[in-house]
Amino acid sequence: MKRIIYREWRIPPARYWGLLGILASVVGIGALAFAYMEHEGHWVSGMSNSVVWGTPHVFAVFLIISASGALNIASIGTVFRKPLYKPLGRLSGLLAAALLMGGLLVLVLDLGRPERLVVAMTTYNFRSIFAWNIFLYSGFMAIVIAYLWSMADRHGEPYNRPIGIVATFWRLALTTGTGSIFGFLVARQAYDAAILAPMFVVMSFAYGLAIFMLVLMFAFTEEGRPIGERILCRLKNLLGIFILGVFYFTLVYHLTKLYGAKNHDLVGWLLLDGGIYTFMFWVGWVLVGGLVPLGIIYHPVLSKDKNWIAAACGLVIVGGLASMYVIIIGSQAYPMQMFPGQTVLASGFFDGVQGEASRYSPAIPEILLGLGGVAVALLITSVGVRVLQFLPESLADDVLPVDEEKIVEQGPAGAKA
Amino acid sequence: MKDHHEPTDRPADAGPADSGRRAFMGVAAGVAGAVVAPGVVLHSVAAAPRSEAVTGDVRWGLLIDTAKCADGCSACVEACDRENGLNLQNKPEGASQEHWDDQKAVWIRKVKLQDNQTGRVTNLPMMCQHCENPPCVDVCPTGASFKRADGIVMVDRHTCIGCRYCMMACPYKARSFIHKVMEDQLTRVPRGKGCVESCNLCVHRRDFGEESTACVDACREAGHEAIVFGDLKDPESAIRKQLAETASRQIREDLSLNTGVRYSGI
Repeated sequence: MKRIIYREWRIPPARYWGLLGILASVVGIGALAFAYMEHEGHWVSGMSNSVVWGTPHVFAVFLIISASGALNIASIGTVFRKPLYKPLGRLSGLLAAALLMGGLLVLVLDLGRPERLVVAMTTYNFRSIFAWNIFLYSGFMAIVIAYLWSMADRHGEPYNRPIGIVATFWRLALTTGTGSIFGFLVARQAYDAAILAPMFVVMSFAYGLAIFMLVLMFAFTEEGRPIGERILCRLKNLLGIFILGVFYFTLVYHLTKLYGAKNHDLVGWLLLDGGIYTFMFWVGWVLVGGLVPLGIIYHPVLSKDKNWIAAACGLVIVGGLASMYVIIIGSQAYPMQMFPGQTVLASGFFDGVQGEASRYSPAIPEILLGLGGVAVALLITSVGVRVLQFLPESLADDVLPVDEEKIVEQGPAGAKA
Repeated sequence: MKDHHEPTDRPADAGPADSGRRAFMGVAAGVAGAVVAPGVVLHSVAAAPRSEAVTGDVRWGLLIDTAKCADGCSACVEACDRENGLNLQNKPEGASQEHWDDQKAVWIRKVKLQDNQTGRVTNLPMMCQHCENPPCVDVCPTGASFKRADGIVMVDRHTCIGCRYCMMACPYKARSFIHKVMEDQLTRVPRGKGCVESCNLCVHRRDFGEESTACVDACREAGHEAIVFGDLKDPESAIRKQLAETASRQIREDLSLNTGVRYSGI
C-alpha cells in the first residue's frame, strides 16, 4: 500500500471553464425561473391547492436525502474502519455539503414568502418536524465542514473518528427527519406511515452512492486518473445492496398499506389505475431505478465495464427522481378520504369527485428551478475539487489500502509486511 | 444610607441656563398633546371591544344540519366570498380556468355525497373544522398557524413563510394558498401573495362582538337555517342545546381532533 496523495482537479482550463460555464448557465436559468415564480406568484406553476408541493420539492427532497447518502462513503471509511474507503472520504464530504446546499436552495426558493426565511430561522414551533429539520440541515452542514477539516488537516486527525461518528448519527437523524415530514402526516392515506422514515434512509444510501460514483468516475476519467477495478467493484456491489434495500422497504410499505381494507383503493390506484403515477412507479421506480441497474450490477460481463456501471448509477438517479415524484406528488393527487363509504358526487373544491385524482402537471419554471439546484450542487463540487485537494491522485488497485478482510487473514504482522 | 437618586453632582448654574429650554418644551408638549390627544381618545373608544384579550371561556363552533342543507344552494359560499373579499380574486391573464379554479382561495365549499351502500344523497358545506388539536398548528415550522384561546384556528400572515406544510397536514383540505399578487382586498381581511389562509369563523366579527358568521346569516336569509354558530362551552347557547338534542358527528372522527364544527345527518 502506498501513501494516498490528494491533488486538485487539473483538467485543461478550456474544458474546466466550459463545464463551469454550462453549470453556471443552468444555475442562472434556475434563478430566472425562481424570479419569475416569485414575481408572478405560484399560479404560473403546476401546483394548486390540491397538489401543494410540486416538482421543486421532488428535486429538493431528492438532493437533500442524496446529500446524506453521499456522506455514507466517508462514514464507512472512518466509523466502520474500512481502509479501502478512506481515500474517498474527502469527496464524499464535499458532495454531501454541495448536494445539501442545492436541495435547500430549491426548497427555500419555492416558499411562498422566500424573503421571510429569517422568520423561519428565528421563530420556531418545536412540535413541527419541519422546524427540527432546520436544525438538522444547518447542523449537518457544520458537521460536514468540521469532518472535512479533520480529514484534510493534520491537526484535525485525532478528531476524525469522533466527528465521523457524530456525522453518521446526524445524517441518520436528518434522513429520518426528512422521511418523517411525510410519515407524520395523518391526513393523507399514502403518507401516515412510520416506515417512510427508514425507507428514506435506505433511499438516501442508494441515491447518494449513485451520485457519488458518477461524480467520481467522471472526475477521474476526465483527467485520466487511474481508477481500479477493486474500488469500483466494491462500490457497485454496495449500490446493489442498497437498491435491494429500497425494494425491501417499498414492498413492506405496500404490504402494510394493503393490510388495511381502507387502503385497498389507494394501493389499487397507485399500482394499477394511477396513470402517470402508476407508470412512474413501475417503469421509473421499479424497472429503471431498480431491476435494470441490478441486472447490470450483477451481470457477469457488464458489471466489469465502467460505462455500464456508470449507466447503472444514472438509472438509479432517474429512478430515484421517479420514486420521489410518486411519493411526493402521487400521494397528494390521490383524494383524501374524508367521507369513507361515500362517493363525492360534486364539490366546489376538487374533493376527489367520483374518486378522481387531482390534476398536476409540472410547469417549466418548476423543472428549471429543480435543475438549478442540481447545477448548484455540481458547481460547488466542481469548484471544490479544482481549488482544494479533494480527489486522490490514483485509485488504482495497487495504490489502495488492502482490504480489511485480508488484514484479518494475514494478521497484524502480515499487514505490516 | 445614601439615596442613589439624589442629584448630588448637579452643576450650580444649571437652573438659569435651562429655563428657556423648559419653557419651549412646555409649549411643545402642550401643542403636541392638543394634536395627538383627540386621536388617542377616539382610537381608544373605537378599539374598546378589540382591546379585550381573547379568553378560553368560550369555544366558537358551528353545527351543520345536513338535512336542511339544500342541493344547489351556495348562499354560504357566496356570503363567505363577499365577507372576506374572496370575490375580488381574478383569474390571471393566460391561466386556464380549470387550473385557476384549483388555485384560487376557497374558504368554504359545498360537497355533495352519496352513500355507496344505500344511495342516500347528502349536501354539506366544508370549511376549516377548527380542531382542538389542529394538525396544521402542529406542523407549522414558525408557529404562524395557530389556535386562539377561543378555539379559532387561523394563520398569522406576518409569520407565514408560505411553506404549505399545513395544507399537507390538514385532513379537510380546508386551506388555500394565495397563488397570485393581490390586486384588491378588504381592510378587515388583509391578504397577501404567498401566504396560506382558511376560514377563521369571521374572526373580525368576533373581535367586534358580533354574534354570527357570514355563512350562518346567508343560510338563514336563504330560509334553510342549516348552520348554527355559537359558543360550544355555554350550556345555554343555541348550538349547545341543539347538540344536546340531536346526534352529531365530526368528520374524520378517527383522528380524534375534537373539531369545533359538527355535522348532524351524516
